[in-house]
Amino acid sequence: MPKVRVYVTLKPSLLDSAGKTVAGSLDKLGFHEVKGARIGKLIELEVETADEGRIKEMCDRLLANPVIEDYRFEEVK
Amino acid sequence: MRVAVLQFPGSNCDQDALWSLRDDLGYQAEYAWHESDSLDGFDAAFLPGGFTYGDYLRCGAIASQSPIVGALKAFAAEGRPVIGVCNGFQILCEAGLLPGALLLNASERFVCRTVTLKAVNRDSLWTRSAEGLIRVPVAHGEGRYVCEEGTLKELREANRVAFLYVNDMGEATEEANPNGSTGNVAGVLNQAGNVLGMMPHPERATRNLLGSSDGLVILRGLELVCSGYKTR
Repeated sequence: MPKVRVYVTLKPSLLDSAGKTVAGSLDKLGFHEVKGARIGKLIELEVETADEGRIKEMCDRLLANPVIEDYRFEEVK
Repeated sequence: MRVAVLQFPGSNCDQDALWSLRDDLGYQAEYAWHESDSLDGFDAAFLPGGFTYGDYLRCGAIASQSPIVGALKAFAAEGRPVIGVCNGFQILCEAGLLPGALLLNASERFVCRTVTLKAVNRDSLWTRSAEGLIRVPVAHGEGRYVCEEGTLKELREANRVAFLYVNDMGEATEEANPNGSTGNVAGVLNQAGNVLGMMPHPERATRNLLGSSDGLVILRGLELVCSGYKTR
């Protein structure tokens, strides 16, 4: 069955407070080269058919909120 | 006045809402289950706080797809009063009934304390009686109101900012803002003024025993509907 990976990320203009905490924690562990971290979501869908228009509709209607998030998706071969 | 208190899997302020509406405000209040596709017979709707569907995906995202929210959209379009508090506010935003979205608090912490609000809009049914400063509790982890810059400008110009987080002097300072909300916005109205979303809990401030009865001035707005007051 085809698999589609949907990546949902917070818009760059918005503060990602959880990502900020992760970056701070990495810094405390000695990874001083980390100057920022942003957390997104990976949603893996198993679909009977990977129709681009249908996936886009799923993203627009539920998987992502256009007010705060961007998304992209790819079919996993 | 018959008020529907919407119940979703994971609602947890539904009983607080029902009891305050019944006992402290004297309205008829009944639960309306999320699977129902009708709000017939109700005059107003209250979306309570909680963690519907475990906040999966995004707070309020799954609940906003419920049959009852479909009915709510038609209900709101008829001009009937709708209030969403905390998770209820998140659901209204996700449903597209209100602009913007709620994100993780800027502090990265759950915040549970009493805040001070000032009503900016003073002519909607929800805010008309909200004179002076209002003390009500907040309890949320994801209450940072965000919207696009242009949207905030539009909201201000259209007098749709319902409440701001303020200090004791009524000033919208950074210290008074519990979650980092854009422009200290604590609550917003839809274009017609009949739909209000807010993070603070007026239903938890309806008698002095609870520490404040200031929530009454907001919820009593429903009385204006009984007396035939038009939303705008």
